[in-house]
Parts: sequence; structure tokens; C-alpha cells
Amino acid sequence: MNISLTLSEKTHELLSAIMPPSVASIVEMILIAVVYLTFFAIAGLFLVLLERKVAARFQLRLGPNRVGFQGWFQTVADALKLVSKELTGTVKADKFLYNLAPYFVIITALMALAVIPFAGYFQAFDINIGVLFIIALSSIGVIGILLAGWGSNNKFAMIGAMRSGVQTISYELSVGLSLLTMILITGSLQFSEIVEVQRNGWLIVQGHIPAVLAFMIYMIAGTAETNRAPFDLVEAESELGAGFHTEYSGMKFAYFFLAEFINMFIIASIAVTVFFGAYLSPFGITESLPWLGLFWFLAKALVLLFLMMWFRWTFPRLRIDQLLTLEWKYLLPLNLMNIVLMAVVVWLKLTIQF
Amino acid sequence: MSYFSDIYNGVKTLLTGMGVTGKYFLNSGKGAITQQYPENRDTLQMFERFRGEVVMHHDENNEHSCTGCQKCELACPNGSIEIIWDRGLDPETGKKKKMIDKHIYHFGMCTQCGLCVNACPSNAIEWAQNFENSVYDRTQLTRVLNKPGSKVKAGIEE
Repeated sequence: MNISLTLSEKTHELLSAIMPPSVASIVEMILIAVVYLTFFAIAGLFLVLLERKVAARFQLRLGPNRVGFQGWFQTVADALKLVSKELTGTVKADKFLYNLAPYFVIITALMALAVIPFAGYFQAFDINIGVLFIIALSSIGVIGILLAGWGSNNKFAMIGAMRSGVQTISYELSVGLSLLTMILITGSLQFSEIVEVQRNGWLIVQGHIPAVLAFMIYMIAGTAETNRAPFDLVEAESELGAGFHTEYSGMKFAYFFLAEFINMFIIASIAVTVFFGAYLSPFGITESLPWLGLFWFLAKALVLLFLMMWFRWTFPRLRIDQLLTLEWKYLLPLNLMNIVLMAVVVWLKLTIQF
Repeated sequence: MSYFSDIYNGVKTLLTGMGVTGKYFLNSGKGAITQQYPENRDTLQMFERFRGEVVMHHDENNEHSCTGCQKCELACPNGSIEIIWDRGLDPETGKKKKMIDKHIYHFGMCTQCGLCVNACPSNAIEWAQNFENSVYDRTQLTRVLNKPGSKVKAGIEE
């Protein structure tokens, strides 16, 4: 098997020493899956808690502070509650598709984590079309949403799914094009190479004006793609009847919910990788300590996550026509102009490198 | 050219909004506007505008100002107020006069809309500030507002 599992060379050597290579690689894959699933669960729970804490501060409230120290175990308690809840469904639902949909959403989110370079050797799947892979995966999530709406056999869920689908597909374009803008500098779709290019300065510095524009477009489109406010028509609970996941309960609903937060983390991670030098420390101050890469990566990702939460608790929700106007009349033309601008910058070698 | 000025103004107003919430975020450690409820039960002060339940004010002589005009009963959208009344002889003038027997308030049905309090011409009923109203039996939520043996304050009817 020729999959570049670069998570840890040492584990690989250790496993190869005590068992045949084929078994070793399978054991390695299982280990990596366990690591990522654990990370996935913890990150999801942590992000939900963080969101609630941050929201409380923005709204001058107290926020969760009962369960555990300062309410740190609140989301664990919530998760236990969700697991113990009954899974209900509609009688006339398309049972197969109805049950399949949450897994589409959550598996795509989980797969996208695989290509993200958390630290030098902490990347499960260093594929040479990494950026394309992630863009392609996030499109599969839309299928999960549409299946959820269709499988529920409920016209409101169906309308909600259509609304969500049109939103995600529209903003997918802007996400792709803004990433493409940055690809013009790096000349590679492979995440590890994109990071290596940034040893001479993060891409947002190298590309200056068009890179900053691309970053702004990326953050707007990324927020919209994860269905977060101000683009959360998908789950406007009281106003629109919650959209595509109306018929889901308990853990199946939690999958959609968790996938949203993981997608948010993925959007922030891609932004960190493509604009802010992933695990590289600012000005190379901890160049000699490569294990700090994970810290830098998570720190940068948390700043961007905070930015997205800031958006959420500041801006009012957009109407569907405003939402599509923003994408098709503003972001997309600007994005195309920005690509040309970036091409000129790269062509005339106006990029800033240290 | 309004296309680009729209973008400029849009970004500017969004940043203004983020500035406002950002200021809240930084300052919220000092002044959260919510309170930690069960802990502060002793010092808790409810606001005057808070609508807990309807009460009838009685003064020290066990007198209230309800004349039994039934305007509150008519104003209530879901019939939470029932007034049982009869005509009795006024001891002073000797004339027959409308007197309330019981002013019954079904708190379990009340939506705290406040129409009864607004409708009352003599300000006999008002809002109380208590809010811990959970009970196991809904019959406990049916209250008789006028105290036993109470009578109408003099000078209210004129």
C-alpha cells in the first residue's frame, strides 16, 4: 500500500519490526483512525463549549458555568444526553436515505481532516492534490444535506435542504476560487509543499493585496459554507423551522451539529494552512522545536475560529436573495478580478519574500 | 460606480458592528448583565416592571379598592379572572350595592399579558415580583385575591 502515512515515522518502524508489512500498515491505519476520531470528538465538544462561552461574553451573559470547573464539562454532559435520547423518525420517510444522510455529512468532515498538516509529520494523508481533495470533499457534504431533506419526506425539510444546498454550492465557488488565487503563488496543490513555500513568509504577506482580498473572500465564503451566522438560514430554528434536519433526533441530529463545528474547524485549518503558514512559527522563532508546530497550528486556528464566532454574534442573518446576491454579484466577480490581479503580481514577481 | 462604494460602505458598517461587539467582549468580564440566580436569592431585587403574578393590594385595615366592576374579568383574554359577587346592603347608606364575594385568579392559565391591570379603573390589582411559582398540583395556582373579611375602601366608588 502506497499511501503516504506520515503521521509518525517511529510508530511505522516499530510496527514493521514486530509484524509483517501488510499487517503493520493496516494496524497503522487503525491507529490513525482512532487518533483522528478522538481528536474529532474532543474538538467538536470543545468548539461547542467555546462557542457558548464566547457568545456569553459577546452578549454580556454568564454562559455555562455549572457542570465541572467553570462549566468545562457541560458539553460532555450534553453529549451523554444526546446519546441516551431516543431516535425518532417519520413513518413515511425513505428509511435508507434518511439514515444514510448524517453519515455522509460527518464522514466527509472527518475525511477532510486527513489532509490537513497539523505539524511537520502530523498529517495522515499527504496527497499531491490536497486542496482539490478538500474542495471535492466539501461538495459531498451537500449530498448529505440534500439526502436528509429528501429522505425525511417532508416538504419543509425538503425546502430547507434546497435552501441549504443552493447556499453551500454557491459559496463553494468562492472558496475554490479564493484558494486558487493562492495556488498561483505556491504552484502546488499539495499541502506540505504549500507550507514549505511559506518558509519565506506567510502567503498572506507574500501575496499582499490580492492575498488579503482572497483571505477576506475566503472567510466570508467559508462562513457561509459551514452554514453559520450570518448565513445560517439552514438552521434558523424559530424563524424557518430549522430546515433539512427537522426530522432528526438524538445522535443523528448531533451528527449534523457536530459536523458543522468540525467543518468550521476545517475551514479555519485550511485558512491557516493556505494564508498563515500552518505550523510554521511567526518569523521562525521556534524553528528549532518542530514539535511546537501543533501548538502554532492550533493557536492560529483558534484565532480564526474566534473571528468566525465574532461574525456570528455580531451580524444579523441574511435573507436568501441577499445571500445569493452577495455571492453571485459581489464575491464571484471580485474573486475573478482578484485572480487576474494575483496572476499579474506573480508574473511581474511583485510578491514579497524574506 | 455605486457598486464599489456599496462594497466599501458594507465593509465599513460591518467593521463598525464588530467594533461594538468587540468592546462588549473585552468588557464583559466586569459587568455581565445576567445574575447567578439561586446563589443570590437573598440579595435578589426584581424590577418594578417585572410581571410575576396579579395580587390585590390590601391596606392595614384589610381594605382593598376593588369595586367588583368586572372590567378585569372582561379584559382577560383567556378567562383567568372570575369574580363572584352579589348585591348586599350598604351599612352606611342602606342602599343595595354590588359587593365582591371572591376575586378568583387562575394563575395556571394566566399569560401575564397585563390587560387586567391596565383595565382596572381603581388600581385595585397590581403585579407582584415573585417568580418561583412551581407547584406539583395546579389547584394551588387558583388564588382568591381578596382576603377574608376585607371590604372596599371608602371613597373609591364616587
